[in-house]
Amino acid sequence: MAGPADRVEACLQPTDEVLAGARPSDEVKAGVRPPGEREVDRREFLEQALKAGLGVPILLGVIRIQDLVAGDAGQEGYEPGEHYYGMGVDVGRCIGCGMCAQACKTENDVPLEPHYFNTWIERYVIQTDGAVVVDSPNGGMDGFPGAQSEGEIQRTFFVPKLCNHCEDAPCVQVCPVGATFTTEDGVVLVDEEYCIGCSYCIQACPYGARWFHPEKHVAAKCTFCYHRLVEGLVPACVEVCPTGARVFGEVEHRATPLARFMRLNEIQVLKPHLNTKPRVYYANLDGEVR
Amino acid sequence: MQGYIYPNEFELHWGLLVVLYPYITGLVAGAFILASLERVFNVKEVQPTYRLALLTALAFLLVAPLPLLAHLGHPLRSYEIFLTPNRKSAMAMFGFVYAWYLTVVLLLEIWFEYRKDLVLWARSERGPKKWLHYALTLGATDLSEEALRFDDNAGRWITIIGIPSAFLLHGYVGFIFGSVKANPWWSSVLMPVVFLFSAIVSGIALVLFIYVAASLFRSKPVDMRCADKLAAFLFYAMIVDFSLEMLDFIHRLYESEESIEILSQLIQGPLFISLIVLQVVLGTLVPLIALGVVSPALSDRGVSRTPAELRRLIYLACATLVQIGIFSIRWNVVLGGQLFSKSLRGLTVYKPLLFGTEGLLMASVLLFLPLVILWLLVKVLPPWLDAEATE
Amino acid sequence: MPQQVPRLAVLFAVLVVGFVVARESLVPDTFGDVGHYRAAAVTSIAAREKSYAGHRECADCHDEIAEQRLASHHSGVACEVCHGPGAAHSEYPDEVELPAPRERGFCPLCHRYDPSRPTGFPQIEPVAHNPLEPCMSCHDPHAPEPPEVPEECGACHGQISRLKTVSHHVTLDCTTCHATEEQHKITPRLVRPGKPVDRGFCGTCHDEDADSQADIPRIDLATHGEDYQCWQCHYPHYPETG
Repeated sequence: MAGPADRVEACLQPTDEVLAGARPSDEVKAGVRPPGEREVDRREFLEQALKAGLGVPILLGVIRIQDLVAGDAGQEGYEPGEHYYGMGVDVGRCIGCGMCAQACKTENDVPLEPHYFNTWIERYVIQTDGAVVVDSPNGGMDGFPGAQSEGEIQRTFFVPKLCNHCEDAPCVQVCPVGATFTTEDGVVLVDEEYCIGCSYCIQACPYGARWFHPEKHVAAKCTFCYHRLVEGLVPACVEVCPTGARVFGEVEHRATPLARFMRLNEIQVLKPHLNTKPRVYYANLDGEVR
Repeated sequence: MQGYIYPNEFELHWGLLVVLYPYITGLVAGAFILASLERVFNVKEVQPTYRLALLTALAFLLVAPLPLLAHLGHPLRSYEIFLTPNRKSAMAMFGFVYAWYLTVVLLLEIWFEYRKDLVLWARSERGPKKWLHYALTLGATDLSEEALRFDDNAGRWITIIGIPSAFLLHGYVGFIFGSVKANPWWSSVLMPVVFLFSAIVSGIALVLFIYVAASLFRSKPVDMRCADKLAAFLFYAMIVDFSLEMLDFIHRLYESEESIEILSQLIQGPLFISLIVLQVVLGTLVPLIALGVVSPALSDRGVSRTPAELRRLIYLACATLVQIGIFSIRWNVVLGGQLFSKSLRGLTVYKPLLFGTEGLLMASVLLFLPLVILWLLVKVLPPWLDAEATE
Repeated sequence: MPQQVPRLAVLFAVLVVGFVVARESLVPDTFGDVGHYRAAAVTSIAAREKSYAGHRECADCHDEIAEQRLASHHSGVACEVCHGPGAAHSEYPDEVELPAPRERGFCPLCHRYDPSRPTGFPQIEPVAHNPLEPCMSCHDPHAPEPPEVPEECGACHGQISRLKTVSHHVTLDCTTCHATEEQHKITPRLVRPGKPVDRGFCGTCHDEDADSQADIPRIDLATHGEDYQCWQCHYPHYPETG
């Protein structure tokens, strides 16, 4: 009924998989370095150090001192070129609690009125007669009342939605002035001091992920909580997801929660025929989801 | 509202003002292409409307960017489109296409066309009008045969550049919509072509209307050879335009992509009045039949002979219906494309406001404004044959 | 050269020069430094204040609770899921206090039964489950364990058990078909419940010759459904009537 039995118990157990979703990866943290310092530089240094026959304890000490220097590193030490972010969403784990949508509004100062969402949750009910009923009352922030009786349901599930931070983002393509753009680390942002408010990007987004800020009169959207990323934290929605349905990490590095997520699941993206190359990857996605 | 729409789709972002923009630029491009007919293809019959068509195009072109500016969230930042145009954006070229068309095509052509008259008016007049006309000559007062021939040649070349430019101006507006792959109602390779031909239709209808109405208003005889020719052109342009639209419609229906279900709900629901009734029946079929019967489009004297007075009225009525139809086309494209969810699972509604920058009142002001500007232009640069200065 | 040309040339030169000068002075400083955008915009977006501190920051002071939570079923539930955004508290621990929801309404946000939730996720019906009793009187949110191992499979498999109650199989216990070790209730993924393996199992009730109640639908096991297993067509938790 609700999908493969395997997705079931995943939510019950304190496994590493669940943890991985809610933890800022060590990789993210390790990537925070002072500007100018390159991984290659460090590797060369280590090789030279080895050649010079330094003892292991000293070597470890050097690394630790370096890490401390790079340290808790706010954005000063952040090197965007060394990251490339993406998010994984496991539909089979979403319980529709709405914590992500709530946290997003708090973290990003999104108006509380019901029609502005960086992220929201949809409920799909595919009935035995084949009809598909979708809803998202207040973006799922207040939960999902009014469930149907089990007898009419063929399958049903929740789907978290957000900006897909597409590699070939239509919104970035159409912005006439360069007020919306993709950063080096793969995040699509809006420059609210430069946006002229033409709304073309909102029209161009196939996912309905953009909205028009009622007070600032500019386009607005999910930033992957960019201000958190530069501090080595994960986006607020990922932080508060209680079941690990959201996984955050680097697209191209091997040892991150996202890489593991993509290794262990069959991955789909939304509206692949539009060739936007989303960087939000879905596992256990139903074909009815649009 | 019915079915499911994405939460952010609750607000419509392009309202009535964005409907006005393609409508007005369409009139500009259409009026200009009509003017070019006379110049490049030497259609003598429509000569009485040549200057009128140019001034009409200018009056509407001056107003065209206003609805866009008014709808922007930050109109004062609009200059950025000139500073840092995003070369990948269809919309970024707007400023340049507009500036090119306004300065290089329209103003230059009008200047070369009117220069001789400006000089002569400036010589014979007194007071501020003299100085105004003199200033407009830019001091180029040489009326030698050689200079006048240069005017004529330059005007001709600009018209030749101008026709593709007019195609560009409006085809480009169509491309802004047609290239949005996220929106199945807009996304169509035919969109720029349909925009272009509907623009020609609306431009011819507008000039026909203004010419006949202004002649009646000025108590001057209507040159029926000219009006007939315009009506025939209108008929031909409408045939092409309607065929293209039907092609688009049949193509969508035959391909039946995943959006077909929601789009057919759209046509049968919120767009029924504006699409089926206004655009197709009243705006296209009725005038098409009327023009086919009374204008010389199908046979030299019309399928059914009608007295000139009646024909004039029929032309006026047809031109009005065509304008309503073309306005409906713009409405159906711009608003229709936002009345269904990109989830393809629901429909939403558009409620036009009366007041405010996006309201009905503002829209009527912006529609009326070009006529005021045209009236002013006609005062300064009379386009009537009888006003042409003689030495 | 005709008189018109130099006049127009001057006019256009003024326009073009004016445009170029305006462009030079008006384009923002950092525009184009990285891509076709204002690089300064990234800096100002990166400098926004955060509201959620992140669970690691919480663990700096509340290390015992953090450790307890990490070893529990709530290991994936970050502190701020229940206690709300804590950046202000982390900066001014004494001035800003965070809420600790104790009322019965809170836990059901996640644990109220909802058919759309993945089956296997622990869910209760708040109206029926120990009415009026605060959740915390039985469950410690930092280390939630049921006070006793649940008797009913429905505690986690709510959707299946509810569906079964409206089906013809209502009277069957889960264990009739699924032989289940007690350990499954403690480490559900490591010890899986059993499942019937062949047609014969269903035949014990549904075969023509089966020794079972008279009103149970019968089939000829030898010919019915060729070589399919029963559950390849019928859903045992909600077998069709027709």
